Amino acid sequence: MAKSDTNKNPAKGDVQEPGRRDFIVVATYAMAGLGAAAVAWPLIDQLNPAADTLALANIEVDISKIAVGQSITVKWRGKPVFIRHRTADEIARANDTNLDDLRDPQVDTARAEKPEYLVLVGVCTHLGCVPLGQKTGEVRGDYDGWFCPCHGSHYDTSGRIRKGPAPTNLEVPPYSFLSDSVVRIG
Amino acid sequence: MSATQFKSPVVRWIDHRLPVFSMLHHTAHDYPTPKNLNYMWNFGSLAGLSLAIMIVTGIVLAMSYTAHVDYAFDSVERIMRDVNHGWMIRYIHMNTASFFFIVVYLHMFRGLYYGSYKAPRELLWMLGVVIFLLMMATAFMGYVLPWGQMSFWGATVITNLFSAIPYVGESIVTLLWGGFSVDNATLNRFFSLHYLMPFIIAGVVVLHIVALHRFGSNNPIGIDTKGPQDTISFHPYYTIKDVFGIAVFLLLLAMAVFFFPNAMGHPDNYIPADALQTPAHIVPEWYFLPFYAILRAVPDKLGGVLLMFGAIAVLFVLPWLDRSPVRSARFRPLFRIFFWLFFVNAIALGYLGGKPAEGIYVILSRVATAWYFLHFLAILPLLSMFETTKPLPKSISEPVLGSSGRTA
Amino acid sequence: MLKRLFIALFAVTLAGPAMAAGGDVELQKRDWSFSGPFGTFDKAAMQRGFQAYREVCAGCHGMKLIAFRNFADLGYNNDEIKAIAAEYEVQDGPNDDGEMFMRPGIAADRIPSPYANDNAARASNNGALPPDLSLIAKARGNGPDYLFSLLAGYKDAPEGMTVPDGMYYNAAYPGHLIAMPQPLYGEDVTYSGDADDSIEGISSDLVQFLMWAAEPKMEVRKRIGVAAVFFLGIFVVVSYMAKRRVWADVH
Repeated sequence: MAKSDTNKNPAKGDVQEPGRRDFIVVATYAMAGLGAAAVAWPLIDQLNPAADTLALANIEVDISKIAVGQSITVKWRGKPVFIRHRTADEIARANDTNLDDLRDPQVDTARAEKPEYLVLVGVCTHLGCVPLGQKTGEVRGDYDGWFCPCHGSHYDTSGRIRKGPAPTNLEVPPYSFLSDSVVRIG
Repeated sequence: MSATQFKSPVVRWIDHRLPVFSMLHHTAHDYPTPKNLNYMWNFGSLAGLSLAIMIVTGIVLAMSYTAHVDYAFDSVERIMRDVNHGWMIRYIHMNTASFFFIVVYLHMFRGLYYGSYKAPRELLWMLGVVIFLLMMATAFMGYVLPWGQMSFWGATVITNLFSAIPYVGESIVTLLWGGFSVDNATLNRFFSLHYLMPFIIAGVVVLHIVALHRFGSNNPIGIDTKGPQDTISFHPYYTIKDVFGIAVFLLLLAMAVFFFPNAMGHPDNYIPADALQTPAHIVPEWYFLPFYAILRAVPDKLGGVLLMFGAIAVLFVLPWLDRSPVRSARFRPLFRIFFWLFFVNAIALGYLGGKPAEGIYVILSRVATAWYFLHFLAILPLLSMFETTKPLPKSISEPVLGSSGRTA
Repeated sequence: MLKRLFIALFAVTLAGPAMAAGGDVELQKRDWSFSGPFGTFDKAAMQRGFQAYREVCAGCHGMKLIAFRNFADLGYNNDEIKAIAAEYEVQDGPNDDGEMFMRPGIAADRIPSPYANDNAARASNNGALPPDLSLIAKARGNGPDYLFSLLAGYKDAPEGMTVPDGMYYNAAYPGHLIAMPQPLYGEDVTYSGDADDSIEGISSDLVQFLMWAAEPKMEVRKRIGVAAVFFLGIFVVVSYMAKRRVWADVH
């Protein structure tokens, strides 16, 4: 098949290559290149998430049934999302923390749009395990938030890292309240 | 390989240790090619392009396809509906399959007309027949993957061909199926092999090209090149000619893909496979129809299968059936007539293969089948003995100067 | 010779699928808005077609490949799609108790099918399976014309033809005996506005909707196709001129 890159290495002793630099010949090879590039895009873009995947990229969750002090876990973009309906005590403790004690300083109000509801991506920032602390009776760690059993990271009631190897706080996903009872994640 | 001098020091450094650039230069640049090739010589590069398109789109489709009887059909529809540009990639794959066969059939007819299979190019021709066989196997297994009604029943009918083999037929079919009917095991192995075989084809294509470059291309006059005055370098002459051929090919392909994407398919393959209900008219893909007609022309099961495989096997021994020393049909007036009769007969077989096996179609199929074999087994050997050929020109450069009569 | 070969091969190519559609049925040929290289779907007709599908066909025929989010193609906005989806109950689960449960649909859900499986569908329909309609317009030869002719093809059987119990005579159906009772009689659907609600009018709307369902990417396909053919057409001319130029000195 056609090898068009030979411009770079013309053979020694070539008799003249007629018309090679002619505009029309250059235009032909340029169009061939343009066409190839145009075809390359669909082949690459097909690797991106498909329409059915994107349709589930944001979810709406009914939070009205979460009792105070309870948590639920929902699946969002293939990962667990923790939604905890915090008690007044938990909120107070999250606010009373001295920022100097934190490895990744963040105030609680920056992490929870409504203080009663804390929404977190339930993936430990150390090496990707899912921390414990969602179900009643599970270990919640030294700071009464979450505890990652893989390498012993402790998170507080705002999901901030307090102890252990994890470098940053539990991630807060983008979310918004559509109403008092429905939160849209993503 | 003679030391080719390259300008770039990097290229020179690499080429001194790994002479890939010399090789490419030798095969796609300097390569002396007869100067009189007509447009029928474009189909080789088009077949290569088709194979490349099939491999690229196929690899991409495999990323979203699921080879399981419960999911295959829906996964193909997900490609058509949800995967970004998936519909385009699949339609290109579907239609290029058909175009691949069109191009290869034209390439083969070119070889038949100009005697490209004759010494010293017998192995070149036979490797081509091997590629053709591998293509048919690949296309057949690929057609099974969407798991529609035609996929399923095509797979059932074609695999059942092997049950015609005496004594061990049933066991062989069970072996092919991996069960007692076409089912999940069959689909999985077909997917595996469908993915593998294009790469085997690519390997045989390399051999095909190596064999081609041993003696160079045949040409419309069919006489050997006598020196530099008969040849031109492959680049830029045939590269630019191939680019033009590719442009025309892609234009026709784009028309099919974007405006008639299902014209060469069958509506029944948009119905999910149902093992309990055979469609009313089952026909293979169009490119199998001539062979399908031969299969059905024989009222005996084993006989039909043998004849169908014989129709391809006869191509392998063609170089020894046609012993005429004159290659090109231009100088063989009788052969030329029989070539066109054979061509029309092949088209007729294709037409008959798509008709129901009843009435006049059965009789016509038998006549056409008989003619197919008669052409290879009787007409070609007899022609090479008795035909008076026209005088051959002395060389490609002076085709009009063939004054001294020459007969074979 | 090249031209001859091409014509002959294309003739065979195109004859294959055409002959498979055969049979002694008469199809009414209609001009569809989606025919031809510049054809597009008629959004208003598709919305009416969806309404007709929901009110007439959906009792027996599923459309399991279509998701509510796809209705954006019909011209509905996100809120309308959400509202349509919420009118359907879809099965989800298992929940924490291990039970499957029903919930209102969301945009990402696909249209729920009327029967749990094919056997249930057969059991409720006298042994005949009402096919899923997602791909029906591509799964029949000359799909749009066929579907239109079928919906409008219920007639009295000709003299001397006996129609068994549970079967109906249809001029467009291969073999003429169909298990589906006549679905449309005219005025079956109450359209808002003054759209044609005759058998032909509703059938035409349904065909628009079903053709879209079978080939939802048709419009973008044709758009890209026009650009591709335009580009390649120029490429053919330019590369031919280049070929002539390069070969000018070869004699």
